[in-house]
Amino acid sequence: MKHLIDIMDLTVDELDAMIATALDIIGNPVKYSEACRGKKLATLFFEPSTRTRLSFEAAMYELGGNVLSVSSGASSSAAKGESVADTARVVSCYADIIAMRHPKEGAPVVAMRNASIPVINAGDGGHSHPTQTLADLLTIRREKGSFENLTVGLCGDLRFGRTVHSLLLAMSRYAGVRFVMISPEELSLPHYLISDVLEPNGIPYEEMRDLDAAMPQLDILYMTRVQRERFFNEADYIRLKDAYILTPEKLVSAKPDLCIMHPLPRVNEISVAVDDDPRACYFKQVLNGKYMRMALILKLLEVKV
Amino acid sequence: MIIGQIRDGIVLDHITAGRAMEIYHVLHLGELDCMVAMIQNTDSVKMGRKDIIKIGQVIDLDFAVLGYLDPGITVNVIRDGALVKREHLSLPAFLRGVIRCKNPRCITSTEQEIVHEFRLTDPAKRTYRCVYCDTVAGREP
Repeated sequence: MKHLIDIMDLTVDELDAMIATALDIIGNPVKYSEACRGKKLATLFFEPSTRTRLSFEAAMYELGGNVLSVSSGASSSAAKGESVADTARVVSCYADIIAMRHPKEGAPVVAMRNASIPVINAGDGGHSHPTQTLADLLTIRREKGSFENLTVGLCGDLRFGRTVHSLLLAMSRYAGVRFVMISPEELSLPHYLISDVLEPNGIPYEEMRDLDAAMPQLDILYMTRVQRERFFNEADYIRLKDAYILTPEKLVSAKPDLCIMHPLPRVNEISVAVDDDPRACYFKQVLNGKYMRMALILKLLEVKV
Repeated sequence: MIIGQIRDGIVLDHITAGRAMEIYHVLHLGELDCMVAMIQNTDSVKMGRKDIIKIGQVIDLDFAVLGYLDPGITVNVIRDGALVKREHLSLPAFLRGVIRCKNPRCITSTEQEIVHEFRLTDPAKRTYRCVYCDTVAGREP
């Protein structure tokens, strides 16, 4: 039985196959509309989320399946002190596949070890969010046609931004990719990603503090939100939250085919004036996320269409 | 200073100088009712200085714990005065219930029944990461 806990659980070949499935779903939605008839997805969300939970549920409905949903920890038996292990065992009796979001890092690993059905990590604290990376990868594939020879700018909260870490890991497996990390020093990329991933694999990278200076070379600009919930100290959050804001003026020096991405929700790090720019891809990411979650559910349930 | 040979027991040799006391405590050697001798800062051709622990009975040792604490240790098992087994330790690929994750956001911090587990991710730097949250083990080996 296969699970998805971390984006690196998937080989490049598996990712390519899932992207092919997602593109086929986009082209032939009717072909997949009954693919999961009689199957149930349990969405166990012990932390607030709108997009991810709705995306999973929409994905399952569009495959003809059904959904059982826990939308907050307060409304579940977790509030009574039930362990993640017990929750996974119990839900395995009701559903065919689990998508779990949990504030504690590693909770999906515990669920995976105790469930008798596939488990998808839908975000565990600041650690990992592999299905967001699936959305990001399909977006890059559709916008750029390939993953190779791209200069990827990562901007904002690179220290706590789990989507940035997963995207960097996933993209580092493709030839000719280079990274430009744009952040204040306090929110710079964790050093282990440089020492364990970029340097041993000879992947070029540059750390910059100035978004304007970085802009002209970028093929992809991945903006992130400085998240209040990742800080222990409110004063640090307030000081850093507005550090990097993307505006139409900043885009003047950007490439005409730049792909602007953001995992959402945005607070103010991308001005709404950018939304009408044809290079803004962040709402396309949302739609692509649904298609990749459909492809993932099909893969983990071993449904052939 | 003369410490005699043991007839049945274990000799932990090539302990990094200064580490013997830590190993003595981690292995709970003070709870044994047999002879235990600890030699610190003795001369070593290979290491310059080293520690040695001699245990006067053959006990079950957790090689994962020992390997993590000091992978250069040699374990010699003595029976009837003869060396019957010599084990050269190495860094264990996996640690279960040996060290604890210090990340307050890790699931192991709230669910007490979960056994803390770490995997060796970089042997050259002796880096262990929590299998749940990927946090690097706090102790510098």
